Amino acid sequence: MQERVKGPKYNIIGTRPIRPDGVDKVTGRAKFGADHRVAGQLIGKVLRSPHPHARIRSIDVSAALKLPGVKAVVTRDDFKDQASEFVPAGEMLINYRDVVRNIMAREKALFEGHPVAAVAATTDAIARAALKLIKVDYEILPHVIDPVEAMKPDAPLLDEEMFTAGVTPPPTKPSNVAKRVEFTLGDVDKGFKDAEVVIEREFNTKPVHQGYIEPHACVASVSEDGSAELWTTTQGHWIVRAHCARLLGWDITKLRVTSSEIGGGFGGKTVVYLEPVALALSKKAHRPVKMVMSREEVFRASGPTSGANVRVKIGARKDGRIVAAEAVLKFQAGCFQGSPVQPACMCAFAPYDLENVKVVGYDILSNRPKVAAYRAPGGPIAEYAVESVVDELAETLKIDPIELRLKNAAKEGTKAAYGPKFGPVGLIQCLEAAKESAHWKAPLGKNQGRGVAAGFWFNIGGETTVNLQLNEDGTVTLMAGTPDIGGLRASLAMMAAEELKIPYEKVRPIIADTASLGYNFLTGGSRSTFSSGMATVEAARSIIKQACGRAAKLWEIPEEAVTFEDGMFRPAGENAGKFQPMSLADIAKVAGKTGGSIVGVGAISAQGAAPSFGVHIADTEVDPETGKVSVVRYTAIQDAGRAIHPSYVEGQFQGGAAQGIGWALNEEYIYGPDGKLQNPGFLDYRIPVASDLPMIDTIIVEVPNPRHPYGVRGIGETPICPPMAAINNAVRKAIGIRMFELPLSPPKVLKAIKSAKKA
Amino acid sequence: MRFESPDTLEAASKLLASATGDARVLAGGTDLLVQMKSEIVTPSLIVDIKRVPETRTIKEEGGGFRIGAAVTGAELKEHAALKAAWPGVVEAANLIGSTQVQGRCSLGGNLCNGSPAADSVPAMIAAGAVATVVGPNGRREVKVEDVMIGPRKLSLQKGEIIASFYLPPRPPRSADAYLRFIPRTEMDIAVVGCGVNLTLDASGTCIAARVGLGAVAPRPLLVEDAAKALIGTKVDDAALANLSAAARAACKPIDDKRGTIEFRIDVAGVLAKRTALIALERARKK
Amino acid sequence: MAKHHVSAIVNNDPVEFLCDTEQTLLDCLRDELNLTGSKEGCGSGDCGACSVLLDGRLVCSCLVLGVEANGKNIETIEGMATGDKLHPLQQKFLEHAALQCGICTPGVLVAAKALLAKNPNPTETETRYWLAGNLCRCTGYDKIIRAVLDAAAEMRKGA
Repeated sequence: MQERVKGPKYNIIGTRPIRPDGVDKVTGRAKFGADHRVAGQLIGKVLRSPHPHARIRSIDVSAALKLPGVKAVVTRDDFKDQASEFVPAGEMLINYRDVVRNIMAREKALFEGHPVAAVAATTDAIARAALKLIKVDYEILPHVIDPVEAMKPDAPLLDEEMFTAGVTPPPTKPSNVAKRVEFTLGDVDKGFKDAEVVIEREFNTKPVHQGYIEPHACVASVSEDGSAELWTTTQGHWIVRAHCARLLGWDITKLRVTSSEIGGGFGGKTVVYLEPVALALSKKAHRPVKMVMSREEVFRASGPTSGANVRVKIGARKDGRIVAAEAVLKFQAGCFQGSPVQPACMCAFAPYDLENVKVVGYDILSNRPKVAAYRAPGGPIAEYAVESVVDELAETLKIDPIELRLKNAAKEGTKAAYGPKFGPVGLIQCLEAAKESAHWKAPLGKNQGRGVAAGFWFNIGGETTVNLQLNEDGTVTLMAGTPDIGGLRASLAMMAAEELKIPYEKVRPIIADTASLGYNFLTGGSRSTFSSGMATVEAARSIIKQACGRAAKLWEIPEEAVTFEDGMFRPAGENAGKFQPMSLADIAKVAGKTGGSIVGVGAISAQGAAPSFGVHIADTEVDPETGKVSVVRYTAIQDAGRAIHPSYVEGQFQGGAAQGIGWALNEEYIYGPDGKLQNPGFLDYRIPVASDLPMIDTIIVEVPNPRHPYGVRGIGETPICPPMAAINNAVRKAIGIRMFELPLSPPKVLKAIKSAKKA
Repeated sequence: MRFESPDTLEAASKLLASATGDARVLAGGTDLLVQMKSEIVTPSLIVDIKRVPETRTIKEEGGGFRIGAAVTGAELKEHAALKAAWPGVVEAANLIGSTQVQGRCSLGGNLCNGSPAADSVPAMIAAGAVATVVGPNGRREVKVEDVMIGPRKLSLQKGEIIASFYLPPRPPRSADAYLRFIPRTEMDIAVVGCGVNLTLDASGTCIAARVGLGAVAPRPLLVEDAAKALIGTKVDDAALANLSAAARAACKPIDDKRGTIEFRIDVAGVLAKRTALIALERARKK
Repeated sequence: MAKHHVSAIVNNDPVEFLCDTEQTLLDCLRDELNLTGSKEGCGSGDCGACSVLLDGRLVCSCLVLGVEANGKNIETIEGMATGDKLHPLQQKFLEHAALQCGICTPGVLVAAKALLAKNPNPTETETRYWLAGNLCRCTGYDKIIRAVLDAAAEMRKGA
């Protein structure tokens, strides 16, 4: 692994210690969502609509209730309707009116798999048998899946009261288009007039799932006084608490949510599915209820990301300077509004310093599960299309694709189409690293081609609380609230140890539950190392300040006269040398005598999140007789700001790349004409397996974020943005044909090869 | 759900024949348990045949091999003599699923699951394998290509179980090979599977051949025209072109989530050629 | 229908449990024996998160019935370490950061242990194909493969 790091040398930051939660994970001791059990628990199961679109005339649960062993059944009647209200969920918005319908269908079943009822019974077998006894009277309605089809005026309507927002004048007829958004800079029409070359292309992508290996799971326990405990696998337990309290009409403090270890989320676990249902069942049954989704349920009924249609037009002068850029994005939202079309619009041209940009997006309903966030929501789709057109532009102008990007690269001071001016950013450094890399210079074999693409994600900060407890022996307990989805606890412990100048092993980080810590927004938006890190630093500095105060008290000198140097508290100024320096452990030992326990709190709304740019290089080999595309070499280069724990930064680069590769080559939801999902399992929903991938080389670039005490940028999402275009561009070089549709499955590629031969 | 594990096939056959509800044979379980989980089948009786010794052994017999129907893919791979004589059959069996699935899956199960895309079947057909079937009326022999008559439909009667498979003795300069096409590198159901078994004479001319094709028709096929394209030739480019054409012509595939009709036909032609070349090279070395 | 009474050896300890015919070995390990280290990622043998050794053979425990375990020897992730001493694979996984969320990790470790027992000097390609039945969505497999190859080297030294 290579690093291009020019920063200061820290004691702990930048090293690679073993993660504190590691031993439990390699021994099977760590507890994930389905690993928890409670005495007396019932098993909950969900009855799901077999139809993609149907009015629910009636639900008769009487036979199910009579089955011995069934303790409770819930339907739409157990959830009060919610008024329309948008709230943030990761980097997307959700609406409570939609959420209450998403977890339990009300007027209509809007996708195959939509929950219609749920039972809690003493065994799994009885619960499943009970589901079969529930009689639902459906009036089957025509359905629509594809977004372009759903936009047509005669398409079946999912919501008869949906009038497209963002259109002037507002439409008089309802449609499946929930929203139109637009981002403009300058004047694209004028820009295109100055262009000497214009390339316009249309791309189509299919919906893909986050593919976390751990299905959704929770255990809910409601007591007789209405207080409740919930154990769940989630990216944000305060969000779960808020949603459940809202949907069930409870005071927030009544519900205590503990996040289990999480077996992957990638955005898909930023929303609730089972939790409100399990709580409702538990309340009714007066017993704890455990609910676990099967893999099939995960695919049929949890939110994947959008499939989309994207049209991109770029105009440039012959010297390579892009003078105008335009895109129209049509994104599938699923059965409720809220696709990531807006962030997609924001990201589309972000790597380029442009004067004239216009990006328009449409959020479109269709009879599929409501999409949930998937790693850089919307970004990969928009960037796939744009980076493919930029590649074609480079080819047309006979300019090297890295050079073309360097000529137009966003840098400090560039105004992005979606508003902000960039602070220091590392795109140019990433492009240069790509140019100088061994990969870029390596020779290619027969039937092989090389592609390059840039990527961008803006990253977020947000509400974050961290508590640091100074224990009596000078060790520290760190309570964070952003669930650790891939090494966070190591990074937080490292930052705390670096600040407090104590060994890394003396810090024990945990993820606290909602009753034990102040509010935390969820883990998403690549924010956890950035925000929880910032809060950790603040909490650590508070401990130091308090410890200085305690030393001052003991020495009877003013607090300002105490310094903290090399891990020791020393009297300074005129008192220098007068008292024995004290370590943090010394201070901790007498904390009770000097005012009580020393606790540092960082309770912030983290500001200053900075974007992360990346550049990926992919080599593909295409079998010209079968159209099979193999990835034979891959390098992921990205600006991390500061890599706190480089192994976990590399891991994010590699994991995002692998997901992007799967999205490019084989992953897609396949629907039959009946609107039913044909591949709800890992057999036919094909994520990359170990033998599909080469080693994924990484290069960490560091352009520190000046707004973070250690220069951290969020890095988790950017890596999924470049792969699809990098591979698409590589395939172009391998077979001489540009493809405009994902996935690049062998039948499509072979068909293109054959058509090209005939032509 | 009843579970029985008799120690003779006659007993197993009796249990199956007299079952009133849906009764299933359990060998490796790598198809049955998946179908039970998704409630495609809900048997009232499961008959585990793995305690019957003849289903679990590999023996040299009459110059050929007798392979128990419940011998696992992993065990086939570990049998050096079988692998040397029938690399194509062993390779085909070893392509079923993952390493974990290989620890359990069997030739009997792969065939009797009745999937047109079964990995081992085209190679077994090419090998000329014959199944020994135990049933209420005693024992009989069935050529492997006659066992499946359509998707999930077997020619076996109620109560009949495959005990073992016989692979015939190998003439000199004989070799087989198997290739399949899948979109990833592992873990997928075959989009096309091709097994080629051929024998050369001392001058390098092909004097016998059998070609099996899978996943391109309602059941795995024995493609006699493909064999004819090779017999009497030195398996040169012209013969291979004829082989490809015959393979293509034999396909009656469907469009499904794993491949289109056009794609399967194209790939069948490509795989037939590539598989024959591997078999040829192996045969030349024998 | 009466339950089956199963006696087996799990991680060198004799165990007993009751199960219905349709309960898989995975269900029994997790629900009857409280050994939740083996995970259910798919229930259909496609993800490998439930991998165990059954009489020394690497299998998906979701594809074995609990009743089939009678009289058999089963090794799960919980038996991989010896007291406080981690198996070299476990140690190398930590050193190489070969896990992010960790849900696939028990299955991968058991599968890798089976690989090295059979082939103490696998190539990268052999390792990748052996582990193709263990899905990981977080790591892209790179650090997993490096950790396995490094553990193999270390174990060959110690052998």
